[in-house]
Amino acid sequence: MKAILRGNHITVRYGNNTVVNDLSFHLEEGQWLMLAGPNGAGKTTLIEAIAQGVPYTGSIRWENQELCSLKPSQLAQKIGVLSQKNNVGYAYTVEEVVGLGRYAYRSGFFSNADDQGKVLVESALEATGLTNLRHASMLTLSGGETQRVFLAQVFAQNPQILVLDEPANHLDLNYQQQIFSLIREWLKEPGRAVLSVVHDLSLARHYGTHAILMDRGKSIARGAIHEVMTPDNLQQVYGMNVYEWMQKMFSQWQG
Amino acid sequence: MLDSRQLKRERFTPLTYLFLAVALLFTMILCICVGSVSISFSDTITSIWNAVRGVPTPGSITGNIILNVRLPRVLCVSLAGAALSLCGAAMQGLLRNPLADGSTMGVSSGAALGAVIAMAAGFTLPGFSYGGIMVTAMAFAFGSLILILSLAYSLDHSLSTNNIILIGVIFTMFISSIISLIITFASDHTRSLSFWTLGSFSGVNYHQVKLLFIALVICGGILFRFAPELNAFAIGEDNARHVGVNVKRVKLIVLITVSVLIGVCVSISGTISFVGLVMPHIARMLVGPNHKRLLPASLFSGAIFLLLADLTARTILSPIELSIGVVTSLVGAVAFVIIFYRSRKRR
Repeated sequence: MKAILRGNHITVRYGNNTVVNDLSFHLEEGQWLMLAGPNGAGKTTLIEAIAQGVPYTGSIRWENQELCSLKPSQLAQKIGVLSQKNNVGYAYTVEEVVGLGRYAYRSGFFSNADDQGKVLVESALEATGLTNLRHASMLTLSGGETQRVFLAQVFAQNPQILVLDEPANHLDLNYQQQIFSLIREWLKEPGRAVLSVVHDLSLARHYGTHAILMDRGKSIARGAIHEVMTPDNLQQVYGMNVYEWMQKMFSQWQG
Repeated sequence: MLDSRQLKRERFTPLTYLFLAVALLFTMILCICVGSVSISFSDTITSIWNAVRGVPTPGSITGNIILNVRLPRVLCVSLAGAALSLCGAAMQGLLRNPLADGSTMGVSSGAALGAVIAMAAGFTLPGFSYGGIMVTAMAFAFGSLILILSLAYSLDHSLSTNNIILIGVIFTMFISSIISLIITFASDHTRSLSFWTLGSFSGVNYHQVKLLFIALVICGGILFRFAPELNAFAIGEDNARHVGVNVKRVKLIVLITVSVLIGVCVSISGTISFVGLVMPHIARMLVGPNHKRLLPASLFSGAIFLLLADLTARTILSPIELSIGVVTSLVGAVAFVIIFYRSRKRR
């Protein structure tokens, strides 16, 4: 299978500080690639580089096109980004925020005819369980609901690749499960792939198909999830016996 | 089943615009009628109607007052109010900062400094009286905006915090002292300090009405065109980039447009504070934050507010005329505190 997103020798520097150091990856159809690693490993920065939010050296290609050569609206039609912190300052309605996901598809100055868009907004609202909240003000939503609104927005955007930064961070367990299941459903359509930062190693292991283990800007291991997240690799990156710790944690719930 | 948090904003109809337009027209007529010489409603309508048809009005003293003094003034005030309010709405959206406005961010005083320098130096454009002053005011407005934004950005990489307002206020104080310094040395060439810091519409004529009108049509048109992008910015700049907005380009165009409009306003009427801060909030209460509705509503509310402020300034201590900025600041400072308090509480 051919890679739909391929990064080669990506390096991001802030001043003298190298945050992402010569990292390469590739993402194929149907894959869910997890970026794992401790704080300061450069996971979010790598995602920002893919989203063209920070300057980088190296190359990130979608099929045969360099991402930085695409117009913002072209990029948005291929890659949808869900960031970690989303809070809205004004009383926009849920529907207005989700509808913004269709921005990249506006054809002309005064054209409102985006029939496919209306259908996609509708199904995104439904998939995320927000149909009843469509006219609610963003200022009245809880953290979990807000995150679902932005997930619905990125679904309405209908990209081929979802790039997610901690999509369920700080959410209650039921919302976590909800959001990860929604993304897994989304991934089932042909031609799609997901790349995400997930801090929780159990979640990463459960939902991911592939992984990159990062530490201080470098890629320590990459490949299929069970090859990357091995006791040895995790021990090296986190400086502790992660397997033993996880088992100890979960054993509390048994018996 | 509907959630109880549904907004009732679907109630918004074109009727709201009709209501605003009627309110504006009524306010304009009121402002023409009331003044040091009171003119009856029917006289007002007759002389304007006659002038429109090109027929001279008998009893030409009131006709003269209406057509040459009050009408241009009322038109100027409403256009300036609409323009300032529009700029405020655009900046509050673009920077995602409910306290942003030409006056709180120091843009207006920057424009005033430009105008004062142009006047003191006698800088003019050939064939276009006022042109030199206006262009300098616009350039200085844009320069101040860039300076303040980059200072605020270098502080905490965000433009939605209150640092930007703090810098704007300090910048305004700094610029005011430079303006008063220049006026001290070149008072023959420029207008008084109180004109530049508090604003005034006394003595405006149709030439200025025309300039304001052209500026408002062009700049207003550009801002209306960018309503979807302003919505995206108001929701969040990162989110705007993620959905495909060309953030750098949009930001540059909106900031230039706002600077041009503020430059024109300031060179005609001095700095009038708080119109652009307060009126977009009132408009937002009426029609919600979506800029497709917010920008037109801000136009109307800004025009009405400034007309009433000008009327108060003209009549409350008659025959003494107050500076219009005295009235807008009295109202605006209170509103500023309320908005500030509410936006802090929300975090």
